[in-house]
Amino acid sequence: MALERFTKDHEYVRVDGDVATIGITTHAQEQLGDIVFVELPEIGRKVAAGEAVAVVESVKAASDVFAPLDGEVVEVNTELSESPALVNEDAEGKAWFFKMKLADVKAAEALLDRAAYDAFVAENG
Amino acid sequence: MSMNRQGRPTDTGTGETASAPTFTGHRGLDHEESLIFERGRLDKTGVDLPEPKAVATRLGNVARQGEIGLPGLAEPEAVRHYVRLSRMNYAIDSGLYPLGSCTMKHNPRLNERMARLPGFGDIHPLQPQSTVAGAIALIELLGGYLMELTGMPAIAMSPKAGAHGELCGMLAIKAAHDAAGDSLRRIVLVPESAHGTNPATAAFMGYSVKTIPAKTNGTVAASDVKAALGPDVAAIMLTNPNTCGLFEPEIVEIARAVHDAGAYFYCDGANFNAIVGKVRPGDLGIDAMHINLHKTFSTPHGGGGPGAGPVVLSERLAKYAPLPFIHREDGKARLIETIGEAETLGADPFGRLTAFHGQMGMFVRALAYMLSHGSDGMRQASEDAVLSANYMRAGLRDVMTQPFGDQPCMHEVLFDDQFLKDTGVTTLDFAKAMIDEGYHPMTMYFPLVVHGAMLIEPTESESRESLDIFIDTLRDLTRAAKAGETERFTSAPRFTPRRRLDETKAAREPKLRWMPPPEKQAAE
Repeated sequence: MALERFTKDHEYVRVDGDVATIGITTHAQEQLGDIVFVELPEIGRKVAAGEAVAVVESVKAASDVFAPLDGEVVEVNTELSESPALVNEDAEGKAWFFKMKLADVKAAEALLDRAAYDAFVAENG
Repeated sequence: MSMNRQGRPTDTGTGETASAPTFTGHRGLDHEESLIFERGRLDKTGVDLPEPKAVATRLGNVARQGEIGLPGLAEPEAVRHYVRLSRMNYAIDSGLYPLGSCTMKHNPRLNERMARLPGFGDIHPLQPQSTVAGAIALIELLGGYLMELTGMPAIAMSPKAGAHGELCGMLAIKAAHDAAGDSLRRIVLVPESAHGTNPATAAFMGYSVKTIPAKTNGTVAASDVKAALGPDVAAIMLTNPNTCGLFEPEIVEIARAVHDAGAYFYCDGANFNAIVGKVRPGDLGIDAMHINLHKTFSTPHGGGGPGAGPVVLSERLAKYAPLPFIHREDGKARLIETIGEAETLGADPFGRLTAFHGQMGMFVRALAYMLSHGSDGMRQASEDAVLSANYMRAGLRDVMTQPFGDQPCMHEVLFDDQFLKDTGVTTLDFAKAMIDEGYHPMTMYFPLVVHGAMLIEPTESESRESLDIFIDTLRDLTRAAKAGETERFTSAPRFTPRRRLDETKAAREPKLRWMPPPEKQAAE
């Protein structure tokens, strides 16, 4: 099974081989409210960890989605451009944002596992 | 993802959306008004003109092929349409407009009369300068007063609104860094209580925004700014008084620290109405600040007219002010329109922001406000604006909650939604219930640092009686919320032409233009 990790910015990272699939967590979409727009990065863009690469806009406000690790964007979920509501419906499933080829696969292991992320959410709300 | 969960939510409420139980659908004097495209018919026209003689077109293959599609209405039909629409509007001319950080003050009719004088109202921006000496003298006089009120040595008059003024000030700051060969500064510091346009301006120019947190009392700590400063910081953008309605007490120390780090200080002047005649921002050490003529100096805004956002600049930024600017020589003032001409005067403009010189109609109105009030009158207006806000705070502090404790505020008073806890009523519901009471709601869910924020700015325009009725209304609403009369809030607004709108659907499936209904298309 693929490695699943989370960030304190409420993103999930699923690593399969050297490719990671990134989206926002179910908790994040609940907090944001109705999602009305998603802006995705360009394929081929080289990104560094912490760099803002996508934008998710809800009726409340716009928020950045950051690259959790160093790498290169290799695929984006174009379905989100057509139906941003998918993020509310299935954030951790069909509504992934983008896939990136990781520069260092091992680095993913240092991110939060689900138990640690759940604890982080419980603590910070 | 830096999550923004404090923003304004949407909620379609519990109200029914049934139309009025009348044959026409009208509610008495309030007409149910369709779009002008639905009222007018293409085969009808409101004017009776003879058919033009056939002329040979010289447009070739770009000549119009079909109908232009404009609705045809007779003059009384067109007049009624717009009068009926205007009845659905809420304006400062119809009631108290407590929108925080917007300074919705009365627009004196004297201003309008002056703006309509033929010498100001009927001139054209492309007229030769020699024929508009009076207009140029007016711009110079207004600019001079703005420099005096702010204690700043230079001004750019052309920016057309607050955010445009921010762009102007930041472009001048960037030009100054570039001229000094210091182009590696790529960070702009913005406190989290700033106006949303501040980080937007910085981001638009390609800067990275670094957020400075607010202290527990709602203001910015100089120590937090110092910790964030470095050789890569270009500027700070700070609003004073800030969006919590509080004066920034450490602003002088912040300015000094910013300058010591080689950066510039942009001050957002949106809340200048609190301090006119009391504080000169130039004395605080700022480098650039926009002045919203449409807020502080009583020119119409919202749907009532365009904004105007002149920017005052410090000595170090003065030479980078954009074209055109006014230069006085041998007793004559003229507009400097070209870079070449500017350079012969030792200036180094960053460019041009607008086609012409700015919002002339607003300049006339703002100057009329200044001259009719005088310096003592403008100072009193600020004092009254602050007094009104504190009167409101005193009238509501025992039933509503303040996020930073009960402390004197400036021109606006900020409440949070703590007093609504466990009532089932949100800030959004509370605001909608205010509409039923005949008020435009206050600014809500802003500033973002405060949960369920309600920001009230009554301005100096309201009488004590007007403030009292508003306070009594809010007191009754807080009583009702706490007494469990939830339906009054969640079903609000009940008495408006439309109930709550489905904002999510509007954002996801926007209809940006009217289209003829399909059956009509088929029939044509």
